Amino acid sequence: MKKYIVIFFLLFVFFETKAQVKLLTLKELDARVAKGKDTTYVVNFWATWCGPCVEELPNFEKLQKDSMATPIKVLLVSLDFKSKLQSQVIPFVSKNKLQSEVFVINEPDQQAFIEKVDKKWSGAIPATLFVNKDKNKRAFFEKEFTYQELITTLENLK
Amino acid sequence: MLGITAQAQTGYQVGDLTTDFNLKNVDGRKVSLANYADAKGYIVVFTCNTCPVAKAYQDRVEALNKEFAPKGYPVIAINTNDPVASPGDSFEKMQERAKEKSFSYAYLEDPDHIYTKKFGAAKTPHTFVLQKTAKGNEVAYIGAIDNDQQEENESREVYVKNAVNSLLNGKKPSVTTTKAVGCSIKWKKQSTTK
Repeated sequence: MKKYIVIFFLLFVFFETKAQVKLLTLKELDARVAKGKDTTYVVNFWATWCGPCVEELPNFEKLQKDSMATPIKVLLVSLDFKSKLQSQVIPFVSKNKLQSEVFVINEPDQQAFIEKVDKKWSGAIPATLFVNKDKNKRAFFEKEFTYQELITTLENLK
Repeated sequence: MLGITAQAQTGYQVGDLTTDFNLKNVDGRKVSLANYADAKGYIVVFTCNTCPVAKAYQDRVEALNKEFAPKGYPVIAINTNDPVASPGDSFEKMQERAKEKSFSYAYLEDPDHIYTKKFGAAKTPHTFVLQKTAKGNEVAYIGAIDNDQQEENESREVYVKNAVNSLLNGKKPSVTTTKAVGCSIKWKKQSTTK
């Protein structure tokens, strides 16, 4: 019985920590990627109000779930307004049981932020950045991704 | 397949001369740029009712009209969205919004996205500042209204305001294009398969 209580508790804590959504600056994102060494980060830029973004989220969730044993990390970075963190983003994450790490971008100058992520980005979402520090790989796509396209892109990045 | 879908600005570029339009305003009357006989130029804002970013800019768009219409640069807003694909952007809803927020500027519908496509508006809001020249209406600025959607930064860069002030001073805007995050256009659904 005790074993089950411990397991249940761990699962509970695990799920609870997953429901957090933190603010993220570009500097923090860069630091995270730098620390990741051989991890490939799949950074998806989305927003709760962006229909096509919400539609493709399951593909990123599946990728994260299927990649648990590999050095692939999905980061869902929302461009929702910071003021909507509690009222919209967190409820959205809870309701959709998102398991990937979710952040809300925290940058004062949107123009500069768009340019820094990728000079060719028009600012439209969804958009996804694939980046691996150790392998010096960085690829940015201003488009929607099917699950298969995510796999193919990751393959081509190796 | 990698990165081929990068989207360039289709539609007008800075320096292009634009065609005029004749679109229905929320008061039922048709509006063209030519109607503004005394205008020195125009602030054409492609926007809609439903997008949170567009809504966040509503008051700023109103402020632009209040400031610049008397100086010769009125705001003309055009709804980019199809009412079937996006019911919150129907003509009736446009009228409701204009009344509720007391829009001092024209808010036009663009059936079949004709001018949305001609101008190359890619999201809402997407702003084009035009200058009246001897050759016609020339595009002087394309992009965001400012770099601070959430209005948290007092020293935000007010791109449209700066662009119009430059033009009023006989100069070209120092920043002619900017980028911004916005909502995708809600296109009319095609009835035939491509």
